[in-house]
Amino acid sequence: MMKDGNLMGEGAVRRLLEKVLALSKADQTEVIFWSTDSALTRFANNIIHQNVTERQAAVTLRAVLGKRIGVASGNDITEAGLRRVVERAELIARYQVENPDFVSLPEPFPVRSVAAVVPATLAFGPERRADVVGVLCRRAREKGLVASGALQVAVTEVAVANSLGVFAYHPQAMADINTVVMADSSSGYADFFGLDASQIDAEALAREAVDKALRSQNPVGLEPGEYPVILEEYAVNDILDFLGYLGFSATAVQEGRSFMGGHFGQQIMDPKVSIWDDGLGEGTIPMPFDFEGVPKEKVDFISKGVAKGVCYDSYTAFKEGKRSTGHALPAPNTFGPLPMNQFMGLGTATKEEMLAGMDRGIWVTRFHYTRHLHPLTVAVTGMTRDGTFLVEKGEITRPIKNLRFTQSYVDALKEVDLIGRSARLEGGNFTYNRVPALKLPRWNFVSATEY
Amino acid sequence: MKDLANRGLDTATARGATYADIRLIQSRSESITVKNGRVEALAMGESQGFGIRVIAEGAWGFASSGHLTAREIDRVAALAVRTARASARVKHTDVDIGPPSAASGRYKTPYRVDPFSVSLEDKIGLLMAADEAMRRVKGIRVAESGLEVFRDHKTFSSTEGSFIEQEMTRLGCGIEALAEGQGDVQNRSYPNSVGRHHGSGGYEFIQAQDLPGNAQRIAEEAVALLTAKPCSSGNTTLILDATQLALQLHESCGHPIELDRVLGYEASYAGTSFLTTEKLGAFRYGSKQVNITADATLEGGLGTFGFDDEGIPAQRTPIVREGIFLGYLTSRETARTLGQASNGAMRADGWNRIPLIRMTNVNLEPGEWTFDNLLADTDEGIYMQTNKSWSIDDKRLNFQFGTEIAWEIKGGKLGDMIKNATYTGITPQFWGSCDAICNRDHWNLWGTPNCGKGQPSQTAGVGHGTAPARFRNVRVGVI
Repeated sequence: MMKDGNLMGEGAVRRLLEKVLALSKADQTEVIFWSTDSALTRFANNIIHQNVTERQAAVTLRAVLGKRIGVASGNDITEAGLRRVVERAELIARYQVENPDFVSLPEPFPVRSVAAVVPATLAFGPERRADVVGVLCRRAREKGLVASGALQVAVTEVAVANSLGVFAYHPQAMADINTVVMADSSSGYADFFGLDASQIDAEALAREAVDKALRSQNPVGLEPGEYPVILEEYAVNDILDFLGYLGFSATAVQEGRSFMGGHFGQQIMDPKVSIWDDGLGEGTIPMPFDFEGVPKEKVDFISKGVAKGVCYDSYTAFKEGKRSTGHALPAPNTFGPLPMNQFMGLGTATKEEMLAGMDRGIWVTRFHYTRHLHPLTVAVTGMTRDGTFLVEKGEITRPIKNLRFTQSYVDALKEVDLIGRSARLEGGNFTYNRVPALKLPRWNFVSATEY
Repeated sequence: MKDLANRGLDTATARGATYADIRLIQSRSESITVKNGRVEALAMGESQGFGIRVIAEGAWGFASSGHLTAREIDRVAALAVRTARASARVKHTDVDIGPPSAASGRYKTPYRVDPFSVSLEDKIGLLMAADEAMRRVKGIRVAESGLEVFRDHKTFSSTEGSFIEQEMTRLGCGIEALAEGQGDVQNRSYPNSVGRHHGSGGYEFIQAQDLPGNAQRIAEEAVALLTAKPCSSGNTTLILDATQLALQLHESCGHPIELDRVLGYEASYAGTSFLTTEKLGAFRYGSKQVNITADATLEGGLGTFGFDDEGIPAQRTPIVREGIFLGYLTSRETARTLGQASNGAMRADGWNRIPLIRMTNVNLEPGEWTFDNLLADTDEGIYMQTNKSWSIDDKRLNFQFGTEIAWEIKGGKLGDMIKNATYTGITPQFWGSCDAICNRDHWNLWGTPNCGKGQPSQTAGVGHGTAPARFRNVRVGVI
């Protein structure tokens, strides 16, 4: 049982995992421990309408009998509950057929610990969350607008141990908030991701979202087509998200569905573009190891536009005689490795400089409901949202109705005009991305909506 | 269990809750994935826990825990009330859930063969047979097949006197073949794509899909797609197969009729809805051929249950009749804003989540046509099958879908195969262009197991009964 201080602590987790490993009779055993104590305050129509908390701890056990693997999980971490998980995993492994591609669970490597628990985040209870949300709702209401969004605070512990001696433990507390502020014909957006909940600046978030909602009122229609774009960091986040999901996993390359395949060492993007993954990089939500307990390595995916590498877990690494880069997902996992802390290299431009150099184009705040059409090109369709503007002769002249685009994200990065000089941490669907704004010479808008 | 539930309700009341409900849930799951002749994943899972939802000082609070002990129930009930009091700092008016509603009853998903009683060898054997059939086709790079089974035992108790027990069994399966060559990759799935086809019931559901019997066909289609011609751009007549129509219905009707979304409760996440409340009863959503019903009572659907997670009995609700928009999916709280009673659409995806308005089985009622007659009646157009991509704007108006495979229609017959087919439209115009729907012989209740909504995110299984239908003057080949 977790203590009221939210965390079980490394010693207690280590003892729990040692107990689980001792129960197992398999040839090799891996156990992942995961606990969460999280809370989320959700608001809409300028009130809090949902306010929830969750606490639980769970284990997932991978039992290996020769080359047969069984996985079982459960959130009853009493002695009886743990014993049941072990027995089920072993039972499954006995029924399994051999997987000739499986070699071994990973051997232990030293894992760097990284501080990721800020006391202010642990103390961010429902009253503090309501205070922050209250500021956003008040500022919206003062302007006749409507605020919605969610503020989440999550305290987690992840640990991995295996029978070959791996033990890795990482506690973490983080906070994130997003808000959409709406007027009758427009909306604006702001968000924050970070380890320290006390760094949430509710006034600044409210200013950004309210300002954008006010500026984007009464949008006019614009003929779809190919336009130069300035993409705010919120939109660039989506680009990295899809590149990582579809292209930067060794499984995607091995199965022939990654745009990286067959192009290593080749120039595939603009020389200004560099993208990498670094679980311990400055300014991300750090994670020192993966779900096999393997330390995370910094992996360069695109370096000055050249395809350099992809990330591996132990399974895909063994297939190529390589070493895991520490990007395994929890077992059972058929997706393969996945980047989780991506970065895009910075440029030198401010957004004002991007704007000043644009004769006619579109300013995009963020994308909505993006889905890929083809993995090899990372062709994606989606909508603009929460502030789309026409730029003429270096100035934002009019808000425009939201547009649908169909665009290859790989092609989009083949020619880049300017890259922002600063980055924001954003949470994607698949990974954390630390991204700058981009100015691109062309983006393919295919249709418009009614607002 | 009942004692623990009552303890939670008593503690919440003692702490100041004016309403409380508690759900205790025990879940188990089994999943198998076979990939290229290897059983890549074979897993069993168990989860238990409870969630207490309260109203205190006129605002909502919810707390949950995976530790099923009396002491933890006390802590969580107190935290739920504390959280509700914090919510009350940012409110306009008190939450109104209408008159008290006390229900008691039991529900169990009907099935013939308990899917947990079927041996792992049999399940693996079925998937291996499909896998082998796919890999026998030259050009297949990845063959993947999967099967999943879930069971929830849950109780619902409330301070209004409800006590409900339900046992829900859901399951699903699917296969997918990925072909590579000619500088391209193409995939085909069966019975449905992206999350497979799921339903509620027994192992007979899995057997009825006949995965091995369809494996070679979809593998051959995946290979053929590598050299198929691309989709031409323009406006034409479009026939959608039932699986693609299920997702079209899901995105452009199912989500827009969720009354919490309409009222702005989802605004910051997936957005709001164009189906605002002044449109109720008067708005032309589609053509006269379009009749849509939400039905939680239909056997075998993913949106089938005895009671929702507010203790409201399952119902059948008209949504669209002869093209006119007539009804929303509602909760106790949202229904009050229309002066109505809930039609029982609140579901949570586990003990650790609050119930939200979720689709039940949102069905397009069948028409009169046979598929052959529909095809013969279409001089020129395109027939699209099995979803590949989907996107819709944050009011559910502008959408774009892509399908795994398509065929030209010429002179009432299917012609050349087409790859990377897409179509786009605006919801009411699109449904307004529907001029023919196939009959009940072609109608099937499809299950979408991965409908996302809410923050923290929730995944729900929802159903969509559909038959192939025809739409006129649709923009296709969007690039």
